[in-house]
Amino acid sequence: MNKNYSILTKKTTAKKVCSFDLLCTFAQILESTNSLLSKDIMIAKKSITFIAVLVLALVSFKSFAGDEGHHDKGNTIDTPKEIKEYIGHHLKDAHDFHLFSDNASGKHYGFPLPVIVWTSKGLKTFMSSAFHHDDAGHIVVEKGDVKLTKVHSKIYELDAGATTVNFDAHHHPTNAHKVLDFSITKSVFGMLLAGLLMLLGFTALARGYKKGKKIPTGFGRVLEPLVIYVRDDIARPNIGEKKYRKFMGFLLTVFFFIWILNLLGLTPLGFNVTGQIAVTACLAIFTVIIYLFSGSKDFWAHTLWMPGVPVVLRPILAVIELIGFVLIKPFSLLVRLFANMTAGHFVVMSLIALMITLKEAFGPVGSTGMSLVLALFISVIEILVAFLQAFIFTMLSSLFIGMAVEEHDHH
Amino acid sequence: MGGTLNLIGAGLIVIGGGIGLGQIGSKAMEGIARQPEAAGKIQTAMIIIGALLEGLAFGALILGK
Repeated sequence: MNKNYSILTKKTTAKKVCSFDLLCTFAQILESTNSLLSKDIMIAKKSITFIAVLVLALVSFKSFAGDEGHHDKGNTIDTPKEIKEYIGHHLKDAHDFHLFSDNASGKHYGFPLPVIVWTSKGLKTFMSSAFHHDDAGHIVVEKGDVKLTKVHSKIYELDAGATTVNFDAHHHPTNAHKVLDFSITKSVFGMLLAGLLMLLGFTALARGYKKGKKIPTGFGRVLEPLVIYVRDDIARPNIGEKKYRKFMGFLLTVFFFIWILNLLGLTPLGFNVTGQIAVTACLAIFTVIIYLFSGSKDFWAHTLWMPGVPVVLRPILAVIELIGFVLIKPFSLLVRLFANMTAGHFVVMSLIALMITLKEAFGPVGSTGMSLVLALFISVIEILVAFLQAFIFTMLSSLFIGMAVEEHDHH
Repeated sequence: MGGTLNLIGAGLIVIGGGIGLGQIGSKAMEGIARQPEAAGKIQTAMIIIGALLEGLAFGALILGK
């Protein structure tokens, strides 16, 4: 135990002079997890129990009995068009976790999530297994006096008197309207899971500090270097020694939220939370609100009436600066995260699909091997990207906050 | 026709982004080689500029879609 402590503290002090901070943090994470597993048997046991419980909780599959009529085509995915559709479907949010389908019996395996909708007749709640993984409006669920159906991951309420959904040329329902959807969808579940993991990890870390321990135990050892990294390498240099403390809460939350969700996206459960533009837009809006409301006098003076510039140019500059701060900066923040994660998922899934598309050219073994090697390679890169995107979002947020709170010396 | 033009535009965006990233990377490496003790600072600045460039390129890709 003591040996571990000394190794860790040496690492943290060595980090200050380490030039490759990013790599260093990775090395630290690896080091601390290694030491956790090999030397600290107590904690290893604990984490094994934790993982076992998690797996048990997740493995409680529920099959959605398929509706025979609509599966006579089978759900096999053979052509590039079907693959593209499948990937597009994966990138979107869903009302259930879908793991795999059994074509012979037309059954889908996965687990359902609660559907909470506000219809014209009030609040309705039920489990999404009622839809039997149908996404084309074939299955109509009757709840009391409303009829609900699901088309392209959106829940529609059928108009009075209608029993089946009619579609127009663009495949939009003509006799149904959308309802207010508060469902615990896959993305919402992912966010709740990330919040829960953060709550567990950081309360454990905080409890350790409260007891007066200098060095955290357990998973806290992974978290502490990252917290220090965010503080010393992201917040302090960009916001400034005097004011950084106020923003640490936001920066740390955003960093770990994005990082955990990015990593969850690499699990086979198929989360794509940070690839939902609504999620990244909300995160960017938080940043904007924070830096606009904590802007110093100097910031507003320099934005709205730039000193040292000819008076004719000042209004033009003010418009440009305002558009930059209110629209362009958050837009680039949200688009960067969204596009990176979406592109990452798309590439991984396309490479997995290589085993189908190249089957005729290289034979089953060759194409599968190729897709395995390439998908593994990209997945490893995606682990790096998961960290890098969380880092960049936090970094740019703190940069913008730093611009806003900065106080200039007037000569 | 629209689809083809979109693809050509996407290719142009990627070419531009690639040139930009190459410039950033090469200059940063030169800087690190000249002054290895400033590697940390140079790297952070490099990542920020790279991210800004990436934001620009992704913005163009999304708008062009």
